[in-house]
Amino acid sequence: MTAFLTLFHKELLRFWKVGFQTILAPMVSTLLYLLIFLHVLDAHKEVYPGIPYTIFLIPGLVMMAVIQNAFANASSSMIQSKISGNIVFILLSPLTYQQIFYAYVLASIVRGLLVGLGVYLVTLIFFDIPLHLPLWAILFVVLGSAILGALGLIAGIWADKFDQLAAFQNFIILPLSFLSGVFYTIHALPTGWQYLSHLNPFFYMIDGFRYGYFGVSDISPYVSLVIVAICLLGISIVAIRLLKMGYKLRH
Amino acid sequence: MLPALEITAIYKSYGQLPVLQDVSLEIQPGEFFALLGPNGAGKTTLISIIAGLTLATSGSVHVMGYNVVTHYQNARLNLGVVPQELVFDPFFTVREILLIQSGYYGIKQNTRWIDEILARLDLADKADANMRSLSGGMKRRVLVAQALVHKPPVIILDEPTAGVDVELRQTLWEFIKQLNRDGHTIVLTTHYLEEAETLCNRVAMLKQGRIIALDTTQNLIKKIPHGHTVQLRLQPDVLPHELKHLQVGCRDGTIELRLESYQQIEWVLASLRTARIEVQEFRLQQPDLEDVFVSLMKGDRSALQ
Repeated sequence: MTAFLTLFHKELLRFWKVGFQTILAPMVSTLLYLLIFLHVLDAHKEVYPGIPYTIFLIPGLVMMAVIQNAFANASSSMIQSKISGNIVFILLSPLTYQQIFYAYVLASIVRGLLVGLGVYLVTLIFFDIPLHLPLWAILFVVLGSAILGALGLIAGIWADKFDQLAAFQNFIILPLSFLSGVFYTIHALPTGWQYLSHLNPFFYMIDGFRYGYFGVSDISPYVSLVIVAICLLGISIVAIRLLKMGYKLRH
Repeated sequence: MLPALEITAIYKSYGQLPVLQDVSLEIQPGEFFALLGPNGAGKTTLISIIAGLTLATSGSVHVMGYNVVTHYQNARLNLGVVPQELVFDPFFTVREILLIQSGYYGIKQNTRWIDEILARLDLADKADANMRSLSGGMKRRVLVAQALVHKPPVIILDEPTAGVDVELRQTLWEFIKQLNRDGHTIVLTTHYLEEAETLCNRVAMLKQGRIIALDTTQNLIKKIPHGHTVQLRLQPDVLPHELKHLQVGCRDGTIELRLESYQQIEWVLASLRTARIEVQEFRLQQPDLEDVFVSLMKGDRSALQ
């Protein structure tokens, strides 16, 4: 247990020591999104009955910040350790591959939640945001950040260079999070796009998270929960298997 | 007694390229062992396999009786490895690094031992410095410290003195010798053969992935034939006829003779006395590990049989 807690603690320190860049900067950029959208779009249009666009947008942006930072944390930590070579200290140690997995993913969850919470608290100053079912919101934000943490770990293990990781981020994570209903409800989309949105696992994370705020969602939160849980399980199995095989880590 | 390190029939190839071929080796607890060979001989690959950083194509390695693949946790608890590459984590100070490393091995409180290691490696005043700010030699010593935080019974050092200045090299070896006296098994690779010769009781030489010599340092040196070289400056500068066949060189008035054994020295001097030739300078060169190394790497394996 000490070994796991040490690695977890080290992973927390790693981003905390550069908190300006890992927590504050993403908070600022998320709040900038909010500011811009509020000015450009019709903030008074109701998305759900009684819920204006601004209020609808905030949980989406919070979740997007959580997703992107959870991914960034595990992936950048892993690739930095690989490229600088200091991953060897973990590989030489008696840490089990499960301990390595949980430490990286938990640290990613913590960073994702810190950024998300930061954004949420700042928006609370300006807006009155309902939070009807906080446990649902917490459940989805934790599961969502865990999925992205595990995915980040996989990407960090797979990538040999920073630009490969950037490609993973720009061509997979970013489109999936932008097209998941962060900025809109999928009912506003043409049928074809609605169908495609249902193939996007990020959609269920965000829709489920929003349900926690408003008590309404595009689809049943139970369906979202099952899909998100299955995604987490699948991605975790892949990540743990890669660590066990030593894929790109042990020759 | 259980060997500290038991390497059995290790093969390793990268694609078609064989890197290690049928390497078997047993190192007993308390030994000070050197793994020598030219660049690319497979030393680092072998160390990586022992450390679990690389998986062997076939064969097995046990550290203190634990298989490094199937019982990797126990094997790694018993092993400390100083990697050859100068790697470090730029986010932390020296002390933080050592505390983290202790934690990986399940040790919560390790301040006393860490302080001792830092003192012995002359790093005490750098304890709170960030890793980035250290010189190459200091980073190397931190690597040694990291390998020792859990007091492993078996310590492997892959070229620990590369890039470390003479004084610090001495400090480092004193510390390693102390650890060996305390019962730790030491395995090292080095390009400084005189280091291996003075420190190690046993040596394995690797060439193109195979062990081509494995013996005590003294035995290996003894097996070198024509090992003793005598350099003479004579007055008059001529060699008696009966000594001519021993001559291997002559440079700037210095005649070089190669002897089969010490016993020949007396005979050489007697011949010179009889011929009334005065010895003005006399220098005896004994064979060392470097001679063994060079003769082996030239492929002169039969010479050591």
